[in-house]
Amino acid sequence: MPEATGTSVPAFEAIGLTRSYRLDGGVLVDALRGVSLRIGQGEFAAIVGPSGSGKSTLMHLLGCLDRPTSGTLRVNGVDVATLDDARLADLRNRTIGFVFQSFHLLARTSALDNVALPLVYRGVSRAGRRERAKAALEAVGLGHRLTHRPSQMSGGEQQRVAIARALVGDPRVLLADEPTGNLDTRNGEEVMGLLERLNEGGVAVVLVTHDADVAARARRQIHVRDGRIERDT
Amino acid sequence: MRTAEALRMAVEALRVNRLRSMLTMLGVIIGVLSVVILVAIGTGAKNAVEKEIAGLGSNIILVVPGQVGLGAAPTQSRLDLSDVAYVRRVVGDPSKVTVAVNSGEPVRVGRVEVFATLTGTDENMPHVFDRPLRRGRYLTETDVDTRRRVVILGSEVAAKLFGDVDPIGRQVTIAGVRFRVIGVYETVGSTFGVARDQEVHLPVTTAQRLIGLPRINGIAVGASGPDEIEPLRQRVVAALAARYPGETFSAVTQTQLLGTIGTVLGMLTGVLAAIAGISLLVGGVGVSNIMLVGVRERTKEIGLRKALGARGRDILGQFLIEAVLLTTIGGVIGILTGVGGALLIQAVSPVPASITWWSIVLAFGVSAAVGVFFGVAPARRAARLDPVVALRTD
Repeated sequence: MPEATGTSVPAFEAIGLTRSYRLDGGVLVDALRGVSLRIGQGEFAAIVGPSGSGKSTLMHLLGCLDRPTSGTLRVNGVDVATLDDARLADLRNRTIGFVFQSFHLLARTSALDNVALPLVYRGVSRAGRRERAKAALEAVGLGHRLTHRPSQMSGGEQQRVAIARALVGDPRVLLADEPTGNLDTRNGEEVMGLLERLNEGGVAVVLVTHDADVAARARRQIHVRDGRIERDT
Repeated sequence: MRTAEALRMAVEALRVNRLRSMLTMLGVIIGVLSVVILVAIGTGAKNAVEKEIAGLGSNIILVVPGQVGLGAAPTQSRLDLSDVAYVRRVVGDPSKVTVAVNSGEPVRVGRVEVFATLTGTDENMPHVFDRPLRRGRYLTETDVDTRRRVVILGSEVAAKLFGDVDPIGRQVTIAGVRFRVIGVYETVGSTFGVARDQEVHLPVTTAQRLIGLPRINGIAVGASGPDEIEPLRQRVVAALAARYPGETFSAVTQTQLLGTIGTVLGMLTGVLAAIAGISLLVGGVGVSNIMLVGVRERTKEIGLRKALGARGRDILGQFLIEAVLLTTIGGVIGILTGVGGALLIQAVSPVPASITWWSIVLAFGVSAAVGVFFGVAPARRAARLDPVVALRTD
């Protein structure tokens, strides 16, 4: 896959993105109505907006989980429209790390194997996966919890496992969808601190949130309303 | 994604739903089990019949007047001993040609009477047929030439008439004529319902006089090797047809008998296996069903895996391997229990059962194929899940 490098190429470059859904009843919903934005390498941005604003749809498009109805999206300089599903999966695997509101950890799997999961799809050997997963867990301060299962950990710890999983493949960008939404203030604070530290290490972080306090931690706020960017500060 | 990894995940998935996996496997187990057992029984029956035919001796050609086959009218024999001499000249080796005259008569010793199959034959009988003696001797040329009143008893006749007493040298009465016992055959069992242990052999000449007809029922020729059978058969039939223009003679070989019976029993085995195969198919539907449930349950997991970089192909492989694992484990258990069951049937019942390696390979292959066939639809459904929708599912 051709992959442009260097700081001159933005992590995300969206031009006139739209996304429409047809509901079961046949009603057409325009979730995004033409969004253009650039997010540079190493930026820390928050996509903010009320529920139904289209911010989650935007994040799914940025994360290459979904394809736009129209418009162009370049991720690290690569136009996603030119990629088939398998290459898109590979792009997600190598370039983007996901953090979800509800963690999405595999319940019966140890923290170590949860973190190692993205590497399975990259063909890394079992020993190599374990080694890198251990390092990632140590980086989020969970070096002592390697064999614990999600049910044996607090919400904050689970989200840190999820962040370790997002990090294990050395992505350029972390996409975090309401990462503190299911956490209490103290754990939320801890997770935000972790994301900030990672950003300082050079990884671009894009948060999606409706929490103004969380959004305020980012250096840039992109306000989305009714499928359009309302304000970008 | 590597196969080893997919296999590990599949094992884990099956272990998590242990009871459900076992119940699903049960359908496959029952199917494979019945295929293995029924094929074993069918093959066993075929082997038993083939053993009976082979037990007659090797490379035998039976020459009889008329047509042989189902529905053919019985023919009055016109062959006599001069024809036997003629066939001997045709064959070249006189010792490889023998004769049979058959009749049923009661055989009596004192007050004990047994109904036996009388077979008039000659000194060459043991050169053609495989008929070991337990005691005494075979017929001799002199016995035949001088129409001696001597008999060799089948083991069952001997036991009924004499019990534990050695019959050699003793007298039996057949149709009012007294005969001296010169031999007793080993037990050989029956061939095509002919209880050969109930036979009584006597010189063919003596038998003809006893029956009052100069005819013979058939001529048996022993070929020197398997390759000799067919040319010899054709030569004998052609020679007899030349001697009696306008009449038909048939020569049946063991190979022909084996072929006919083998075909019939092979078909029977096939039908049994097909019936058992239907239950395997039903087992496969169960696998499909449970895999669909599994895909639905794990929608979120599939969505997550896709978000983390799994391609459709990876997800497809994962679920396909799971389905194949389910059916092949079921297949192996089915094979083991089926082999055990066949051995048990063999041991405790008169039904012969014979396990063949091909039925085991086939059962394993079919169960794996069932896994692929019935796993494809659920696995494709999983592979096509939209990660956005899948992750949203709660």
